[in-house]
Amino acid sequence: MSDVLAYPVLAARAARLSLRTVDALFTALLLPVMIMLLFVYLFGGAIQTGDTPYVVYALPGVLVLCTAYGASMTAPAVTSDMTAGIIDRFRSMDVGGRALLAGHITAGAVRNLASVVLVVGAALLIGFRGDGGALGWLAALGVLIAFIVALSALSAAVGLLARSVEAAGGFTFAVLFLPYPSSAFVPVETMPGWLRGFAEHQPCTPVIEAVRALLTGAPAGSAPWIALTWCGGIFTASLALGSWLFHRRTR
Amino acid sequence: MTHTPAIETAALGKSFGAVRVLGDITLTVPAGGVFALLGPNGSGKTTLVRVLSTLTRPDAGTARVLGHDVVSERRALRARISLTGQYAALDELQTGTENLAMMGRLRGLGRTAARRRADELLERFDLTGAARRRVLTYSGGMRRRLDIAASLVTPPDLLFLDEPTTGLDPRSRHTMWDMVTDLTRAGVTVFLTTQYLEEADRLADRIALLDGGRVAAEGTADQLKARVSTGRLDLVLDGPAAFADALRALGDRAVHIDSEHATLGVTTTGGAAEIRALLDELDPDRTAVRAFTVRPTTLDDVFFALTGRAQEATRV
Ligand SMILES: Nc1ncnc2c1ncn2[C@@H]1O[C@H](COP(=O)(O)OP(=O)(O)OP(=O)(O)O)[C@@H](O)[C@H]1O
Ligand SMILES: [Mg+2]
Repeated sequence: MSDVLAYPVLAARAARLSLRTVDALFTALLLPVMIMLLFVYLFGGAIQTGDTPYVVYALPGVLVLCTAYGASMTAPAVTSDMTAGIIDRFRSMDVGGRALLAGHITAGAVRNLASVVLVVGAALLIGFRGDGGALGWLAALGVLIAFIVALSALSAAVGLLARSVEAAGGFTFAVLFLPYPSSAFVPVETMPGWLRGFAEHQPCTPVIEAVRALLTGAPAGSAPWIALTWCGGIFTASLALGSWLFHRRTR
Repeated sequence: MTHTPAIETAALGKSFGAVRVLGDITLTVPAGGVFALLGPNGSGKTTLVRVLSTLTRPDAGTARVLGHDVVSERRALRARISLTGQYAALDELQTGTENLAMMGRLRGLGRTAARRRADELLERFDLTGAARRRVLTYSGGMRRRLDIAASLVTPPDLLFLDEPTTGLDPRSRHTMWDMVTDLTRAGVTVFLTTQYLEEADRLADRIALLDGGRVAAEGTADQLKARVSTGRLDLVLDGPAAFADALRALGDRAVHIDSEHATLGVTTTGGAAEIRALLDELDPDRTAVRAFTVRPTTLDDVFFALTGRAQEATRV
């Protein structure tokens, strides 16, 4: 079976499986909305973001947080396949790792886009306004998609590395914290020096900065390009790691 | 009809770490018919099936299946074989129909054809009623049947079945046997492993006995039986004390030991003189042996004799 022909079948399968993992789906779709409401109404009053209303400041961070978290769910899904009998069936049918992983990454991306739509919808309802224009919003979406795909690929590699679904779930948890030390929810200038160094140079920051600028129509500078470079790098490295791990695990 | 054997291995070996699980397997399986691999737990049956079906790489020797090398030509080989492993290879969160239709699509069938084939197989394996339920809700036997159906979405030239009837009730087991027979009529070679000697006796044209990762014996059921003896004499002893005395006297000659029923089995030609001499030897006072029966050799005897596991035989 060629990977090209197997890929759509496996993407549909992965989507179906994730639709049926009801609790995980619920968390992936609703948690981000709840996090946004939490930040905007609970912390938003206390956090100083200058003239920008907090919802405008926080939306990109929430989007990155929820897509990172959603993408990380690819890890347990991949581990579950690798540790269950189904992988033997796929291999005996000569279905390659590439098609299987691409299927998971695609299903994860679709699931994530659904939660992006929910979060943006909720943000609009509670007063988010952006002057980025259609082009800006499309560009922001493009950056987010690149981020989703890169993190899903990374998660797939982690899923191949993990020996149990529980271990892969640990990664999900770790990813949930990655966006906090960035400009997601508080301006980095308010952080202590050592954390600020990390926050300014971690991949979430340029993604957030780019999305924020593109949505609001502020000058984006080099942020989108730095963001895309990060995503491309993570994606390429994850694919290489993933295919190496897949071969190692299926010898 | 070609004369290429379905499977040909030479000095095939596989180790996991320091443990040599398969050693020096040299085996030829003719094309057509049923070949049964028989062996006690841990003897390497699953490992051998996985090597032959390209899932595990051997680390010594060679194996050609349907003329293809299992390592260097595994892609070509995978298109021609199917495997139902010892443990279910299904998506629990998909329904029976969805699982089979997916396998069909992965085997290159179009959407409608895959769906039609799925319905046919569900019907044939008596799963139509459960077709729309998730596999999660299936019983063990239902999973087993679906798992085997999944190997048949496109007819293979060679079908591997690792313990296909373990966990099936007698009715399903007979259905499975009929299905295997049908497949061989259609020209498929079936390579199966089993714990049930009766199953091998009934289904298999040839049988290999695997023990400790080596082929202990190979041949037709009749040839194997002939290698062991012509029959077995079972002696029912009069109580535990008589049982212990007789066991001591027989020593290695006891091929069947059943303390619960105070029964000992020894191999015999079935000749009257031989039996009389044995009874006289064990029981000169004519009090210790309560009854005896002479049974023809079964594959059990072959199994226990050749795998050196005569002790504490269980009834099959
Ligand atoms: N991946 C593995 N790593 C380490 N040891 C293994 C592995 N697979 C099998 N073994 C060992 O190889 C031996 C043979 O295993 P195998 O599963 O082939 O036996 P089997 O004849 O199929 O047994 P059963 O009748 O119980 O299914 C066992 O001792 C098992 O522990
Ligand atoms: Mg086994």
